[in-house]
Amino acid sequence: MNRNPVSESRFARAALITIALLFLALFILLPLFAVFSEALKEGFDDFAEAVSTPDALAAIRLTLIVAAISVPLNMVFGVAASWAITKFDFRGKGFLITLIDLPFSVSPVVSGLIFVLLFGANGYLGPWLAEHDVRIIFAVPGIVLATVFITFPFVARELIPLMMEQGKEDEEAAISLGASGWQTFWHVTLPNIRWALLYGVLLCNARAMGEFGAVSVVSGHIRGITNTMPLHVEILYNEYDFVGAFAVASLLAGLALVTLVIKTVLEWRFNLHHAGARH
Amino acid sequence: MISVENIRKQFGGFAALGGVDLQIAKGEFVALLGPSGSGKTTLLRVIAGLEFQDSGVVRFDGEDVSDRPVAERGVGFVFQHYALFRHMKVADNVSFGLSVRKRGERPSARERRERADELLRLVHLEGLGDRYPAQLSGGQRQRVALARALAIQPQLLLLDEPFGALDAKVRKDLRRWLRELHSQMGLTSIFVTHDQEEALELADRVVVLNKGAIEQIGTPEQVYTQPATPFVASFVGENTVLPGGVHVRPHDLEITTDGGHAVVVDNVFRKGGVWRIEGMLQGTDTLVELDLDAAQAAPETGSTIHVRPIRASNFTG
Repeated sequence: MNRNPVSESRFARAALITIALLFLALFILLPLFAVFSEALKEGFDDFAEAVSTPDALAAIRLTLIVAAISVPLNMVFGVAASWAITKFDFRGKGFLITLIDLPFSVSPVVSGLIFVLLFGANGYLGPWLAEHDVRIIFAVPGIVLATVFITFPFVARELIPLMMEQGKEDEEAAISLGASGWQTFWHVTLPNIRWALLYGVLLCNARAMGEFGAVSVVSGHIRGITNTMPLHVEILYNEYDFVGAFAVASLLAGLALVTLVIKTVLEWRFNLHHAGARH
Repeated sequence: MISVENIRKQFGGFAALGGVDLQIAKGEFVALLGPSGSGKTTLLRVIAGLEFQDSGVVRFDGEDVSDRPVAERGVGFVFQHYALFRHMKVADNVSFGLSVRKRGERPSARERRERADELLRLVHLEGLGDRYPAQLSGGQRQRVALARALAIQPQLLLLDEPFGALDAKVRKDLRRWLRELHSQMGLTSIFVTHDQEEALELADRVVVLNKGAIEQIGTPEQVYTQPATPFVASFVGENTVLPGGVHVRPHDLEITTDGGHAVVVDNVFRKGGVWRIEGMLQGTDTLVELDLDAAQAAPETGSTIHVRPIRASNFTG
C-alpha cells in the first residue's frame, strides 16, 4: 500500500470511513429508502392512483410552471450579474456580490414574509393591487416571486468564481479581432462557461421545485390552485394519507436523484474540459 | 506612424502612466522595457484601445484615434497567455476575426479556411488547423495567437510579453522567427517585455520605462552603452555601482596592479568565454562583478584584487 506522509494509521482510516458511511446510511440512505418503500407499500397501483388525483396533478403542473418561469429568469440574471461583476470594474461591486448571497443567509420563511409585506392585503402595495384586481399573494405570481428570490444565487454563485479565474483576456482578444459585444458573449464567453452554467441551472431547478418555506408563506394552500408539490405533500401528510404523501414525496426524491446523477456527469465533464484547457 | 502625446492614466490612486510621449515610425520594431508596475503594459493597451487614457492623445498617421475602440484601430494584439478560444479548432481561432465581420464583408467558410491555412503556413503550423489549442505546445499556441492577430491584416502589431510563458530554448527560436516575420511582412510592431536581453536582441529601438515615465528611448546600443539615468544603467545589463555614482559593466572592469578599487573575491565561475568574478568592494557590502578573459588565470577565492573601470557612466555630475 502507498504510504504518504499525511496518511493516518490503518485503524484511524478504517474508523473515519466507518463513521462517514454510518452517518450517510443513517441520514441519507435510510430516509430515501423509507420514502420509496412507504410510497409503494400498498402496491404500485395505489401509488399510481395517488400521484394522478386531480389535486396531485395540479400540484405537479404548478411546480413545473413555477420552475419553467423562475429558472430561465435566474439563468439570465445569473449570467448578467456574473458578467457585470467579473468583466467590469464599478463602484458597489462588493455590495452586489453580498446581495446575491442574501437568499442563502435569510430563512426561507422570512423571504416569503417579505413578499407578503410588499404585496399582501395589508402590505405596501396591497391596496393598490386590490384596486386594480391584481392578485399576487395567495396566487401563482407570489409563488413565482418567492421562488425566484430563493433561487437567484445558484447560477451566479457557480459562474462568478469560474469567470474570475478565466479573466477577460479571451473577451479582449475577441473584441480586438472586431467582434461585437453580442458576438463576444455568444462565441467566446458562453462556450467558456457552459458547463458551470448548466450546473448552476440544474441546482437552481432542483431548489425551485423543492422549495417549501417561502412558497408556503405566500401560497395560501388552496388545493388544486396554489399548491406546489412540496406543499401538497404536507397537506396529504396532515390528512393521514400516508401513501399519497409519500407517493408525491417520492417524485420529489426521484427528481433529487436524477439531479444528482446529472450533476455528477456534469462535474465529470466540467473537470475534464477544465483540465484540458490548462497549460 | 504612431504618436503618443502626454498620456496619463490612473488606476485608483496609482499613476500607471504620468505623461508619456513617444513616436514610432512605420516599420519599426520597438520594445517597451521595464520592471513590473512601470506602466509598459498599460501603455501598450492604451495604444491598442483596450484601455483609455485619462488625458493625452494617441495618433495613427496623424489621426486622433483616442476615442476609437480597439476594433476600429486595426491593430493585432497578442496576449501574454495567448487567449486562444479553447473550444474552437486552431483554424477557427485563426479565422475568428474574419467570421465576426458583417454579413456583406464576411468571406465564405471556404475562403476563411483557406486564409487560416495560409496563415498557419506562415507561422509554420501547417496541418494543425483541426487540432484544439489544448493539444498544442506553448510555443505553438503563441504562433496560433500571432496568426490570429495577423488575420485581420493589422497595420500595427502589439505583443504583451510574447515570450513570457515559454521556456528558454523555445523563446530563443521564437524571437528570431518573430524578427524575420516582422521584416518579411513589413509590420510595425511594439512589444512589452521585462527581459532586457530580449529587448536588446529584438528591437530596433528600446523604450525604457520606470514608474509610469520614460527613462530613455534609444537603439539597443545606445541604451546599453550610454544609459541616460542610473535606473537604465542598473536595469539594462549587469552593472556595479562604484563609490561616487560610477556605474560600470562587468566587461568594462580591468584588474590592475597599481591602485584602483580593492575587491575581496568570493566566487569565480566560468560564464561562456570568460571568468565571472564576484567579490565585495573592500570594507563595504557592494557587490562587484567583473569578467576576465578565460585565457587568463582566474584569481583565487578569498584573495584581494584591484580593479579599475575602462568605461563607465557617472551619474553624480
